[in-house]
Amino acid sequence: MIRPGKMIKQVLGSLFKKPATTEYPFHKKTLDVPARFRGKLKFYPEKCIGCNQCVRDCPSNAIKIRKVADKVFEADIDLGKCIYCAQCVDSCPKRALEATCEFELASIDREKLKVTFRDNTKIAPTK
Amino acid sequence: MKALFNIFIFPGFLFLFVFGLSAQFFDRRIYARLQNRQGPPWFQPLADFIKLVSKEEIIPEEANPNMFKAMPVIALTAVVTSILYIPMWSPKALSYFNGDLVVVLYLLTIPTLTFFLGGWYSTSLYSKIGAVRALTQLFAYEVPLLMSILAPALLANTWSLTGMATFYSAHPGYWLFNMLGFAIAIVTLLGKLEKVPFDIPEAETEIVAGMFTEYSGRFMALFKLSIDMETIVAASLLAAVYLPFWIGNGPAIGFIVYLLKVLFIIALLSLSRTVFARLRIDQMVSFCWKFLAPLAFAQILFNLAVKGFIIK
Amino acid sequence: MHKVVIPIGPQHPALKEPESFSVTLSGERILAFSARLGYNHRGIEKACEERTYLQDVYLTERICGICSHTHSTAFVQAVEEIAGLVIPERASYIRTIIGELERIHSHLLWLGVAGHEVGFDTLLMYTWRDREIVMDILAQVTGNRVNYGCNTIGGVRRDIDPSQTKDILKAIDTLEERTKYYIDIATKETTLIERLSGVGKLSKIDAVTLGAVGPTGRASAVDRDVRRDDPYAAYDKLKFKVVTDDHCDVYGRALVRVGELMESYKMLRQALKEMPEGPLTVKAPRKIPAGEATSRYEAPRGECFHYVKSNGTDKPERVKVRAPTLANVQTVAKMLEDGQLADLPIVIAAIDPCFSCTDRITLIKRSGSRGPAKRMSWEDLHTYSIDWYRKKGLDFTGLNEKLKKWI
Repeated sequence: MIRPGKMIKQVLGSLFKKPATTEYPFHKKTLDVPARFRGKLKFYPEKCIGCNQCVRDCPSNAIKIRKVADKVFEADIDLGKCIYCAQCVDSCPKRALEATCEFELASIDREKLKVTFRDNTKIAPTK
Repeated sequence: MKALFNIFIFPGFLFLFVFGLSAQFFDRRIYARLQNRQGPPWFQPLADFIKLVSKEEIIPEEANPNMFKAMPVIALTAVVTSILYIPMWSPKALSYFNGDLVVVLYLLTIPTLTFFLGGWYSTSLYSKIGAVRALTQLFAYEVPLLMSILAPALLANTWSLTGMATFYSAHPGYWLFNMLGFAIAIVTLLGKLEKVPFDIPEAETEIVAGMFTEYSGRFMALFKLSIDMETIVAASLLAAVYLPFWIGNGPAIGFIVYLLKVLFIIALLSLSRTVFARLRIDQMVSFCWKFLAPLAFAQILFNLAVKGFIIK
Repeated sequence: MHKVVIPIGPQHPALKEPESFSVTLSGERILAFSARLGYNHRGIEKACEERTYLQDVYLTERICGICSHTHSTAFVQAVEEIAGLVIPERASYIRTIIGELERIHSHLLWLGVAGHEVGFDTLLMYTWRDREIVMDILAQVTGNRVNYGCNTIGGVRRDIDPSQTKDILKAIDTLEERTKYYIDIATKETTLIERLSGVGKLSKIDAVTLGAVGPTGRASAVDRDVRRDDPYAAYDKLKFKVVTDDHCDVYGRALVRVGELMESYKMLRQALKEMPEGPLTVKAPRKIPAGEATSRYEAPRGECFHYVKSNGTDKPERVKVRAPTLANVQTVAKMLEDGQLADLPIVIAAIDPCFSCTDRITLIKRSGSRGPAKRMSWEDLHTYSIDWYRKKGLDFTGLNEKLKKWI
């Protein structure tokens, strides 16, 4: 049967239900990020062998591996360029890269989005 | 001095300003909760108002600047004036004479006319289409609204709102005869206040913001404010005409009862804008003339019969 | 009556993406309608030629935000065909499952948008709330709500483990119940039916002539579905019915979409039950041998078509994409014949347009100049745009520094 106001029962029911939305930046407890989430990248310098597989496969040229000393590498990741596909994580033969669950990465300064991961223990102190 | 106080502070501008913004919050919050959303915080209407007032106002080059600027002020004035004739917490309004019912109804038509003129004189295509739609809609809902308000007045045998309130408080229970008219008035009010399903003149997905497309800054704020105030005035009018009970128990209780009645009517409006889709203008016009007008006429006939058989 | 021409777009509340339509009106009646595409040209086909096949998977995924799995699967299928790869059966099932989950989220999104276009925001709020269920499932399975990154050449990257299977089945049960409710609303709410039925008529013969695809065509009784006619992934093993309707209007299109939702739930249940164990990928070579292939995929909006030509290197020679909206957008003019202005948003929305996926070319009309075509490099284009704005009195140089000072 056709009748106007078909949703009235449902909407009135909602009056007594908890809202489906949350006040996001103030209440974050309701957010659960799935374990497979592809967020900010993490680099483990001690595992890297400098094969540059990640650099070659990155669709957006967001990652650069620099050789600082013999068998010591550091990674520059531009989070502004990164598309969070985590292909580098799959490409890496030594699991030196990892996608974390961190996702609140917005910044008003592009420079702050450029992150460098280095192994501070292995770098010889320079002047 | 007392007249100035009445116009600018209570129950005039300042009271309507505060109550209008709170009612807007109430409406938006209920609308949100009916849609299972959180809704805005309590200060949102005020924040919106302050934001609009502090923004730059742009007047289109081809618009008529005088008309463009005058219309929001006229809309606001008309609305503030009309509250003075509506009885709120006692059967007596602040000012009354025989025939003030007609005056209030016409004062309430003025905002729609200013929307039309403001939209027309801003010369934007969207505004013009919106303005024409507003006027078309006015002709469709105004007759059923007038007729449905006429019916209780016929029963009370007076043209004054104060007189009607006095009559209905003297004859408790008689307001129940007017419930059909109340339903019609609620539906037509949706058209008057341009809310879904009758928000055709400002249908955003079709004509951007209708007649308000070119308005910005202070003028937009005044228009928005006058719509909020119109909501209050129209709801007060309906409360005075159709729900004339529990008045005359002193100003304190009377005032609370008045607020509850107005909020109840606003809640009804929010509910109806939740559950319907927007109609097309041709559907709206034919709905008003085919269904609402005959029903309102039936209410008048019914009230005449009641008057003939029961009262006398 | 006086004729007016009003612009709908490039920026307009009815359009979710910039695209320009111009409508000639007489009062509220539409006399003529014309569309101009090209506001979202991103040069994706050219960009594909400059990246490796693996990088292109992620690039094609970003052609569309809503049917991202569609484009990456269509591309990957074409590449696999050239390379002669046969993907493991489990991978083809996972592709199907993600594809159907994507269809569910896209159709629920459409239902909400359709509600919004006719001023029924409550429907929008409720469908989008329920859409979150499927978005959460997609995030849980693939790692992201959109741009799932699930495909790779030679298979899929993410497995569906038993606990996720359970979650998906649970979510499907909830969604099925909700979809039944929306079918109830769509077929019974008077104001909604008033706005949908009889609006945007497209007869079967017109649908065939204009090449309507997907739900737009199926609502005009054109019984065509790539999933059945040219099965890919695991669709040949699934039992499903192609939903068609003969209302030929927006109401019919809504019915087809909600009907497809119900079919998707059935297909997901069957796919999850019959999914075989096995590896997820086969080894894909970096360099694809020379050859060419086409690939078809039934996107939520209709048939999506990809063409890939390879030349033996690790980068494709040519990639061509035809998004379903390109096939459907021509039908809008037909649907709007003798229509009303108020019906324009819902008629455009009823083809479920996705304009930025559609735009493959931009034409810049310059009156008077008919000289030879000019090629502009990226730097030239950059300086040209700066000059263009400067001529209009807008100078953006040093904007970043200025902004920094304020912040």
